Amino acid sequence: MRYAGKKILTMCVTLFAVTLFVFLAFHMISGDPVTSMLGTQATPERAEALREELGLNDPVLVQYGRWAAGFLKGDMGTSYSYRMPVSEMIVDKLPVTITMTLMAFVWMILIAIPVGLYAAKHEGGVVDRIITVVNQIIMAVPPFFAGILITFVFGMIFRLFTPGGYVSYQVNTGKFVGYLFFPSLAIALPKAAMAIKLLRSSVISELKLDYVRTAYSRGNSKRSVLYRHVLKNAMIPVITFLGMALSDMIAGSIIIEQVFGIPGLGRILLTSISNRDYPVVMAVIVCIATLVLVVNMIVDVIYGLVDPRISVE
Amino acid sequence: MNWKKIRKNKNFIAGSILTGIMLLLILAGCFYTPYNPNTMDPSAKFAGVSLKHLMGCDNFGRDIFSRVLSGSRTTLIVAAGTVLIGVVFGILIGALTGYYGGVLDEVLMRINDAVFAFPSILLALLFISLLGSGKYHVIIALGIAFVPSFARIVRSEFIRNKNMDYVKSAKLQGAGDFRIMFVHILPNTMTVLLSAIMIGFNNAVLAEAGMSFLGIGVQPPDASLGRMLSEAQSFLFSAPMYALFPGLTIILLVLGFGLLSDGLKNE
Repeated sequence: MRYAGKKILTMCVTLFAVTLFVFLAFHMISGDPVTSMLGTQATPERAEALREELGLNDPVLVQYGRWAAGFLKGDMGTSYSYRMPVSEMIVDKLPVTITMTLMAFVWMILIAIPVGLYAAKHEGGVVDRIITVVNQIIMAVPPFFAGILITFVFGMIFRLFTPGGYVSYQVNTGKFVGYLFFPSLAIALPKAAMAIKLLRSSVISELKLDYVRTAYSRGNSKRSVLYRHVLKNAMIPVITFLGMALSDMIAGSIIIEQVFGIPGLGRILLTSISNRDYPVVMAVIVCIATLVLVVNMIVDVIYGLVDPRISVE
Repeated sequence: MNWKKIRKNKNFIAGSILTGIMLLLILAGCFYTPYNPNTMDPSAKFAGVSLKHLMGCDNFGRDIFSRVLSGSRTTLIVAAGTVLIGVVFGILIGALTGYYGGVLDEVLMRINDAVFAFPSILLALLFISLLGSGKYHVIIALGIAFVPSFARIVRSEFIRNKNMDYVKSAKLQGAGDFRIMFVHILPNTMTVLLSAIMIGFNNAVLAEAGMSFLGIGVQPPDASLGRMLSEAQSFLFSAPMYALFPGLTIILLVLGFGLLSDGLKNE
């Protein structure tokens, strides 16, 4: 428990540092919003009054505190270009990104664990060699190119889905999940290949250890040694990777959204970057950063549960 | 490293050959491309694969082969710049923190871990929205995102080496801290560092392509593999070859660096 508490504290400190950095950085570049709100013809008195009203004369840290407090209450500021609350723009996009990432994560595990175990069990065999070579190639495929290939093969040749035929989850949840089937596969494929490689080498090196021989000598079958003894230990390095892959996939979904025409957080982030709509950029980055940090924290805690040596230290 | 060992190292050999061929082609492309990569030829719009146009032509009738060559060059320059920033700052931070330890180490490593926890593409997007898009901004943005991984590796190598006998004897001979760090220890980290550099190239090529694909990376008139792919996507049905070749080029570049890194790791 103390270990979990420590991890949660670390997460909060990091989140504070990240938001402070993001706020200060955008504070520096965004210039004076009063000029853009009133135009260049405004009298100095009016500008000063507006600045006072918006709290722009307060010290930066006070402004940060107000922004962060607003964020916690769900007030993320107002978009420059759409003149609407940022929270309204973001809230219904978050589930899209989260669903897609979780689906990609499930894909990754469904592919990586059986294939990785099979390759390790049959080390040096023909199938293992084919898996190793194919794996190396898939690792080199950028997710967005995987997305393009999937669009071409499954969308245009086999017509299993309509490219660009995205359905919002508010309209039809089933169709929404169905449309995310292939995009999440595109995100998952390269990561799955890396996980297979890691799991395979991890299992192979575990199989050479003394406790495996002991387990065999006590009359355990190959199956039970693999699943009851080896897998537990071999998963330890893999879990670290899976956690990193999950946070990578949150960010990777930004790119895949563009390939499959999915209006999620990524699309908002990109249009706001090109419109210099800083409140929106800040809000999306803070949202994604929070997701990433929470994921990392959960992975750390799970890691401590799986490997008790970690939490003792 | 010796030749006998290298000959058995299939990853290293395959990676060297693949990367070698790609680098040669790109180098040749610096001096000669069959066509000007930006010249449009309306009569050759979507021309198929032929001896005249090795990879066909795009929607403006530009020769895809020439564009792939010049795009790979841009990608490689960005990757090299990124890795250079990452390596230089990574060595500085890693060497200082690993060698001296103490409070500085504790503070820098906390920051390092925090930055490392973030996906590099997210960091790069943050810096791009602060700096604006363009080739040099992409290099800076990705470079900053790449520093922590190098710093980590260099730091652990320095910690491993700093109590070894050769360092002790250098100290006894009166060598200063900086001499020990950069003349004695650094060369001993080279194999590990080289492997990390190759992985760095691997990731940098992927990241650059991803950012150009999103339209916030390299800007026209510079050709870029990622941008070509995003343009090709609209013509996927009518001209699938347009997307295939830039994509394959990215895969071959990344594959080569990945194999090299694996090969160096086994040394």
